[in-house]
Amino acid sequence: MPDLLIELFSEEIPARMQGMARDELKKRVTDGLVEAGLTYASAGAFSTPRRLVLALEGLTAESRPVREERKGPNVSAPAAALEGFLRSTGLTVEQLEKRADKKGEVWFAVVEKPGRQASEIVAEVLEATIRNFPWPKSMRWGAGALRWVRPLHSILCILTDEAGASVVPMTVEGITSGNETEGHRFMGAGRFAVSSYDDYVVKLRRAKVMLDTGEREQAIWTAAQNLAFAQGLELVEDRGLLTEVAGLVEWPVPLMGRIADEFLGLPAEVLQTSMKEHQKFFSVKNPKTGRIEGFVTVANIEAADHGATILKGNQKVLAARLSDARFFWENDLRVAKSGMAEWADGLKVVTFHNKLGSQADRIDRIAALAREIAPLVGADAAQAERAARIAKLDLRSAMVGEFPELQGTMGRYYALEAGETEAVANAARDHYSPLGPSDAVPSEPVSVAVALADKLDTLTGFWAVDEKPTGSKDPFALRRAALGVIRLVLGNGVRLGLRAPLTIEIVRQMAHYSARRDTPALSTAYVSLSKLGQQEIAGDLFDKILADANAEKTPEELRQLNEEFASKSADLLSFFHDRLKVFLRDQGIRHDVIDACLAMPGNDDLTLLVKRAEALAAVLKTEDGANLIQGFKRANNILSQAEAKDGVEYSFGADPKFAETAEESALFAALDAAEAKIGPAMSAEDFPSAMAAMAELRGPIDAFFTAVQINTENEIIRRNRLNLLHRIRSICSGVADLTRLEG
Amino acid sequence: MAETVATPRSFQEIILRLQAYWASKGCAILQPYDMEVGAGTFHPATTLRSLGNKHWAAAYVQPSRRPTDGRYGENPNRLQHYYQYQVIIKPSPPDMQALYLGSLEAIGIDLSLHDIRFVEDDWESPTLGAWGLGWEVWCDGMEVSQFTYFQQVGGHDCKPVSGELTYGLERLAMYVMAVDHVMDMPFNDPSSPIPLTYGDVFRQTEEEYSRHNFDGATTEMLFRHFEDAEAECQRLLDFPAEDPKTGKTIIMAHPAYDQTIKASHLFNLLDARGVISVTERQAYIGRVRALAKKCADAFRLTEAGRDAASGDAA
Repeated sequence: MPDLLIELFSEEIPARMQGMARDELKKRVTDGLVEAGLTYASAGAFSTPRRLVLALEGLTAESRPVREERKGPNVSAPAAALEGFLRSTGLTVEQLEKRADKKGEVWFAVVEKPGRQASEIVAEVLEATIRNFPWPKSMRWGAGALRWVRPLHSILCILTDEAGASVVPMTVEGITSGNETEGHRFMGAGRFAVSSYDDYVVKLRRAKVMLDTGEREQAIWTAAQNLAFAQGLELVEDRGLLTEVAGLVEWPVPLMGRIADEFLGLPAEVLQTSMKEHQKFFSVKNPKTGRIEGFVTVANIEAADHGATILKGNQKVLAARLSDARFFWENDLRVAKSGMAEWADGLKVVTFHNKLGSQADRIDRIAALAREIAPLVGADAAQAERAARIAKLDLRSAMVGEFPELQGTMGRYYALEAGETEAVANAARDHYSPLGPSDAVPSEPVSVAVALADKLDTLTGFWAVDEKPTGSKDPFALRRAALGVIRLVLGNGVRLGLRAPLTIEIVRQMAHYSARRDTPALSTAYVSLSKLGQQEIAGDLFDKILADANAEKTPEELRQLNEEFASKSADLLSFFHDRLKVFLRDQGIRHDVIDACLAMPGNDDLTLLVKRAEALAAVLKTEDGANLIQGFKRANNILSQAEAKDGVEYSFGADPKFAETAEESALFAALDAAEAKIGPAMSAEDFPSAMAAMAELRGPIDAFFTAVQINTENEIIRRNRLNLLHRIRSICSGVADLTRLEG
Repeated sequence: MAETVATPRSFQEIILRLQAYWASKGCAILQPYDMEVGAGTFHPATTLRSLGNKHWAAAYVQPSRRPTDGRYGENPNRLQHYYQYQVIIKPSPPDMQALYLGSLEAIGIDLSLHDIRFVEDDWESPTLGAWGLGWEVWCDGMEVSQFTYFQQVGGHDCKPVSGELTYGLERLAMYVMAVDHVMDMPFNDPSSPIPLTYGDVFRQTEEEYSRHNFDGATTEMLFRHFEDAEAECQRLLDFPAEDPKTGKTIIMAHPAYDQTIKASHLFNLLDARGVISVTERQAYIGRVRALAKKCADAFRLTEAGRDAASGDAA
């Protein structure tokens, strides 16, 4: 069983592409080999800035021979049929066999494909892999036509077994495979041959190349930590940066330096971002002062002066960068201290979206909405509005212009400088959150109000102008915004029926849009509507507003407008429901459980909806709960059939005096007892207790069905029993529509 | 390890060493293009000569102008007029990286003491309709050069591919000579009878041009000249290829390209004057690109730009 070693040696591969390249090389080569009939025991892929490597252990030396039989035309078939068969098999008549078949004698072709040598297969598969490699961006070089991420210089490809190593011969666009490679660009000593993976790793190390990315990461991390620790400082963890830096060096040599005193007054985030983005430095913190006071840079060379020159150079570049950052910071502080009016003006000329107006327009809408949401999340309305007005001003600051990822972070600093309260300043920082599924959810009331308003404005805006996500296209990250709303609402237990605010906002957005396009009617509608604040909007209220706004509109036109608002709002609500299903599915709640709860009233209140779903999901996990559902469904089916057949609804109230059996009387008693518990539990929205009380009915219901025949001859008794089933149905339908459960 | 090379003593010594180095590697040492350009790439020796399959190797200094970068001579590293050193070789040789590293050694960078890195940086020039892949080269964390394999210029695929090197000369020289402010950098040998610093040569012009670029230039005139350059470029390309006077085929690709260069610089000036809005900006860039593409198309029909018939195209 030979081992296979492949090294594709090139000019510097971008760090961000190396992970993907390792995975693809491994997948494409191993898939290709397996498809061609080889097997292997294990595979490992590696990368450095200049090489992409795959090592396979225990590859089969050759593929198994394959015997293929193909049935051809009948011997008596016309000559053309036989000719076609010969063409397709590449055989001559003499090579065919005649065999007896149900319909007489038939030609058979037996093709024996001999097993192929591993080296032949490897060469084919590797060449195809190189030619079709899915680099995010690839290029040509020199006069050649081959594409690779950067010029490809050599291909090392050897098979090693007990007898030794042999080169897998192949040539791709003038590059011939061999058994040689080279080490570190500056510390290696020329080309060398290798005979196996182990030999390769050892010789590379001698030539100052650490092959394994994980090992380089570990080496960087350990050495950097030691450097910081030796001076009583601590390294700030940054996994992403670590991976990137490990992709930039073949032989990592961390060096630590101090940040000049004149820059220590800059916010920690600014220092960190500037050092990371421009210089790929790790930040080093002084645990006593809590400040970022140093950095670690990772060189790719062991210099004779132990890195003194390198460190001095890096320090100089850093000083120039931080001078820029300090220049931005000082300019920004001046604007901030004067109240940030300059930035607010500036946002008027920044287009958010050509149909949704400027950033300033958007801020106006968010401020109005934040004010309305504030009481629902326990925030002061004036503070929420204020926070919304200042939360995005830092987008015009020089610092955020330079480092967009500091949006919000700078907003908080500048808001404090402008004399805003802590709550308002925190909202500036936190209102973009949560950004991802694992990002923390803001909990301060003012922040929650602005964060919700921000996302709802985005969603209703794009819904109003029909720019909804389709398939994989979601250029405005609307799915993320909806998930953000869901997590904000659930995380803070916010009780908010979404239907009304969504509709109001969509009207507002469309009115805004129309106003910008000089349609005065709707803009007047917007003004009157925004005065309504939290009022629930009913259909005729729309008509009234729109009629006030534009007496010329016919009732039919008003009705159509009204329908358009309602349908967009309903569509957006169902988008929320879809996102919620995905979110809850990740938490282990089945989609039919959610459907059963969605069928209940108040389904635009996501907190209520999830309370129902959690209670139902929990009870379904108990044996009583699962059996109750069966009992319920049985009751419901019999009742529904009877109601359909008789054309009446049996909801008159069953009378215990017609109970014939003990089981029937027991059910009456159990239903009474359950109702006494379920009623108060439902009023308190204590769904788990309500569901527990329902689950207690499982025994009596099962006993009842075992003992009693519903459809008896006696019509009075039959009706009474159907009415009894109706009680089961109504008592068990308080939390969710159980008919929608599967199974 | 290469023998230690003495540190250059002046800005001009760095330029002279680069000239000597690339001359020794077989490049034609050209002179700067005699027009205002934003970068060495605009020189027709790069833009136009990177098209077609005829082999080419050139190196030159190109004075470059970025009107918006003017800081009245006060900023230690920002200038509205600065020098780029440009190397262009077609097809890119397999040892292009090694050749480049040799040039660093030639100007006194000891590769065993410094940390040289090739960091991903894809190059794109929206005004030239050009792009390529390569790196910015870092020396001890500082970007000292841009290294690009041209893939497309003026909308044409580069076949073969040119390798392009651009050195920001002031920044590189300041680093090599450990100077903190560009104006303090020795321009000629400091022990000359008349030693001159970069500031002696350029401080006053930086001041004058900064004022000109931000406040002085007449915008109506610039707008008008932009229109003129655009129209002239088109007009020159519209001439029939056949010249009635000489009876020869003469396509005026270079004169037309001069007008493209002009339009591009005028746009940069207008941008510095702050009279081009964000939305208009894209439109202006698109107009310059359209000219660059037409010039590239025209150049491909000329003797220098046409593909040589056989594979060897020297």
